[in-house]
Amino acid sequence: MDKLTIAPSPHVHGHDSVKRNMYGVLIALAPALAASLWFFGLSALWVILTSVLSCVVFEYLIQKFLFKTTPTISDGSAAVTGLILSFNLPSNLPLWIVIIGALFAIGVCKMTFGGLGQNIVNPAIAGRVFLLVSFPAQMTSWPIPQAADGATGATPLGLLKAGQLDALPSSNDLLMGAVGGSLGEVSAIALLIGFVIMLSMRVITWHIPVSVIATMAIFASFFYYGIGDVQYASPLFHILTGGALLGAIFMATDYVTSPMTHEGMLIYGCGIGLLTMLIRMFGSYPEGMSFAILIMNIVTPLINKYTQPKRFGAK
Amino acid sequence: MLKTFKIGGIHPEENKISAASSIEVMPIPSEVKIPLAQHIGKPAQPIVAVGDVVKVGQLIAKADGFVSANVHSSVSGKVTKIEDFIDGNGYKKSAIVIAVEGDEWDDSINRTSDIVNDIKLSPSDIISKIGEMGLVGMGGATFPTHVKLSVPPGKKCEFLIINGVECEPYLTSDHRLMLEHGEEVMIGIKILMTALSVDKAIIGIENNKPDAIKHLTELSSKYAGITVQPLKLKYPQGGEKQLIDACTGRQIPSGKLPIDVGAVVQNVGTAYAVYEAIQKNKPLIERIVCVTGKPLQKPSNLLVRVGTSVKEAINYAGGIPEDCGKVIGGGPMMGRAFTHLDVPVTKGTSGILVMNKKESQRPEVANCIRCAKCVGVCPMGLEPYLISKLSGKSMWDEAQEHRIMDCIECGSCNFTCPSNRPLLDYIRLGKNKVGAILRAKAAEAKCAADAKK
Repeated sequence: MDKLTIAPSPHVHGHDSVKRNMYGVLIALAPALAASLWFFGLSALWVILTSVLSCVVFEYLIQKFLFKTTPTISDGSAAVTGLILSFNLPSNLPLWIVIIGALFAIGVCKMTFGGLGQNIVNPAIAGRVFLLVSFPAQMTSWPIPQAADGATGATPLGLLKAGQLDALPSSNDLLMGAVGGSLGEVSAIALLIGFVIMLSMRVITWHIPVSVIATMAIFASFFYYGIGDVQYASPLFHILTGGALLGAIFMATDYVTSPMTHEGMLIYGCGIGLLTMLIRMFGSYPEGMSFAILIMNIVTPLINKYTQPKRFGAK
Repeated sequence: MLKTFKIGGIHPEENKISAASSIEVMPIPSEVKIPLAQHIGKPAQPIVAVGDVVKVGQLIAKADGFVSANVHSSVSGKVTKIEDFIDGNGYKKSAIVIAVEGDEWDDSINRTSDIVNDIKLSPSDIISKIGEMGLVGMGGATFPTHVKLSVPPGKKCEFLIINGVECEPYLTSDHRLMLEHGEEVMIGIKILMTALSVDKAIIGIENNKPDAIKHLTELSSKYAGITVQPLKLKYPQGGEKQLIDACTGRQIPSGKLPIDVGAVVQNVGTAYAVYEAIQKNKPLIERIVCVTGKPLQKPSNLLVRVGTSVKEAINYAGGIPEDCGKVIGGGPMMGRAFTHLDVPVTKGTSGILVMNKKESQRPEVANCIRCAKCVGVCPMGLEPYLISKLSGKSMWDEAQEHRIMDCIECGSCNFTCPSNRPLLDYIRLGKNKVGAILRAKAAEAKCAADAKK
């Protein structure tokens, strides 16, 4: 026997890892990925591949040549950012724009702050919003699902904003995903499967997604049922459109930019739900999920400061 | 109905590989090294000299001060040395070394296996006799038992809670004790109840030990006031605060003691030692040690004389494996890694855990990803990521504000952290520092108050 290893307790570890959590998110995104390929075909695949690859490559290059540290791309976090960014893009977006989005997401929003765990806002959403304000025309041209000729149309929320209530898709189409929109946001079913996967793998807790969706539903119900104004559309319509589920399940739950206590998570989720509905109903953009999450990301440190877990023995 | 504590908790792999091995009496070694400090508090004062001949159970060192405990010889033979040695944690400690000759017991000790039921002593006599017999908490904290049983004036004990949880992975000594010496444990609990003048005792046992729950529940019908409370498996249920919460629903406020919520907690091992001390006149000279670990050939539960070397105990359980990386005194969650193996088994050694080289390595550390899992599992409702960071940055006041002193060092945060961050290492460091600052402040305040007078 050689020398004994000495270390303070605990001497066992639960074998959870950053990798396991990040790959858990990737697995949970797989159903939505499959749906996007089904509805938007190969063009979606190119956007997704470009986004994931450029995020990973940018992170590698920055860590290797700017930070001069050992790259940690194998932890999967850059791939998650890339995949979520691509899910927020239309499938016909020129690939060079995708690369610019990835550079902004990883380079500016993540690595400038020190890399994994240090960023203030969700890199994927920031990348998406950056592209939306920089390339508004390309970012709001939505291919019609399974259209052979590359025809484009409006998103359900776009139709709502324009007051074209008759043209709104059925709940069934919204659930399955046969509607216009960003390539990963369209299929509610696929996203919900992902939610169940993440919960069962204990990657996330229910607090944020449920509070986002519940707040949206309550807010929409107030106008739709309470005031009785069909112009504002039903709660179900709001939940199934405009990336509400993608945002609530996969983007708002980003570890780094969301609060640390369950109470804080609920406040944060309610804030996102509320801001999303305010932007959708009273703002000039048809949808508000991305902006709502970005704003609440910035509020997160404040929420952390004022929410604490229930201490043992506290009254 | 299964109960458990309310905040946090984890589910480590149980690995109770020695659960089916009956308690075996380990042969007496040729030499024992009996430390003078096997308890929290001041070391005992030796009352024997080199060359003295001692019997099994003879008092060899007297408690020095209120929080201290007597030490008895665990073997018969000749005192060869009273010397300093380096203990398993690397600290210098004093010990009495005895060369074993035969196995001659002190005449006052009843060595039969007859069960003695009648409790003859008064509460105060029980407490002083427990003190005489050198009993300490057997769960590993080694707080002198007679001190814990002396309820301070103005406080009232409502429940005696008996800790049969054994929530540490691997360890099975309490489990075997409950199965094989249930009757004695029950009488020990009765004695403790008499000493505390309470009529209610709750034995908390986790539901991974259904045989122990069944056995003690059956026995409890004969003992008025004692109930068995099955608990839902969750670490750290054996922590004093968590166990009281689980059994009674009461939470001890920050900085307070169990007695402040009307509870006194004792380990099942202590209850057994109390039985032996009061009914059989036997001091605390041996204990059940769970010698276990995946690389060991024969994981066992051994009845070991205090002072036996850890190395010999491991040898008895199949020998030190080739692949041995780490040897831990206690369980894997809160036990301490031994710096070397020529250290004696003491009153507080509940287990000896051998880990292979691979298990002994800590996984690589990554950036904190703020996943909040440490916050979710902390059984004290703390923010481990935050207090460890504050501690790392020497922000002691802020660490204290965030209740760093409430940490019970259970290790759940470290266990859960996906980035393998050494959260508890930093929190321990901070607790040391903040504790020292608080003590210095208290001393200063006392000085100022004295000067005013």
